[in-house]
Amino acid sequence: MLRAFWWKILAICLLTYTCTYGFLVKIPKLDDRLQESIRNFFFHVPMWFGMMILLLVSVIYSIKHLNNPTHKNDSYASSYAAMGTVFGSLGLITGALWANYQWGQPWSGDPKQNGAAIALLIYLAYFVLRGSMDDEEKRARIGAVYNIFAFFMLFPTLWILPRLTQSLHPGGQGSAGNPGINGKDLAPSMKLVFWPAVFGWTLLGVWITTLRIRVQLLNNKYV
Amino acid sequence: MNIWKRIFPTLLVIFTTLASINSNAQGVNNQTDIMRSNGKIYVVMAVVLIILFGLFAYLVSVDRKISKIEKEKE
Repeated sequence: MLRAFWWKILAICLLTYTCTYGFLVKIPKLDDRLQESIRNFFFHVPMWFGMMILLLVSVIYSIKHLNNPTHKNDSYASSYAAMGTVFGSLGLITGALWANYQWGQPWSGDPKQNGAAIALLIYLAYFVLRGSMDDEEKRARIGAVYNIFAFFMLFPTLWILPRLTQSLHPGGQGSAGNPGINGKDLAPSMKLVFWPAVFGWTLLGVWITTLRIRVQLLNNKYV
Repeated sequence: MNIWKRIFPTLLVIFTTLASINSNAQGVNNQTDIMRSNGKIYVVMAVVLIILFGLFAYLVSVDRKISKIEKEKE
């Protein structure tokens, strides 16, 4: 998996498709509020989907590390967490830009914006925690335990709390089903771009992560 | 990783072909050329694609460098 290349070509193809057809696909003309900015759906939203997947992989390797403490498991866990945090930060920044033109200000204290910011701060604390320890074994073990906590904090901050109150984001109080995944919410033509986009951006994240893991493994083996 | 050596020339050929077709079209009629149609959305698309392919090229080069070090150390 680390050195295979077929899925990297797949990532390039999917993202090329996203960044071409994503600008050309027919979007529904609704009430003139979103206009063409709904195309952000192919770029902003996949950041969050990608972040969720990368952080899930990270926590799986943290659990594996607690079962079987190896440098490899720790590298995987920390590298995936790092890339997940990068994706989340990009999601937050692109969201603020979009919100500035859609909701009138970059930060309106929307429950989902606040939740995402809290979730990211919890992950930043993971890196502060790791950086504060010199002993590698200790850093890996305590990091793994904290990572499990950080991952499960994503559920209240991103999935549950924003949906219990009124929200500017889709899926707040009063809306039915899961926004994005709910069949009626997304025009069929947009689905044709959205899912390849999610897959492509996630694969790009995995690619960058594997590069970091490979460098870490090289450093560990031969210093 | 030899595959990249084969893919890059192919991509280059495709790009130069497309570019030459496009420049011919410009010569024929400036007003209806494809880059200026549709609210100039193709200009944005081209910018995004250049950034994307620039990033891909950089990623591939880092990937190959790491592969080379891995092979040396094995």
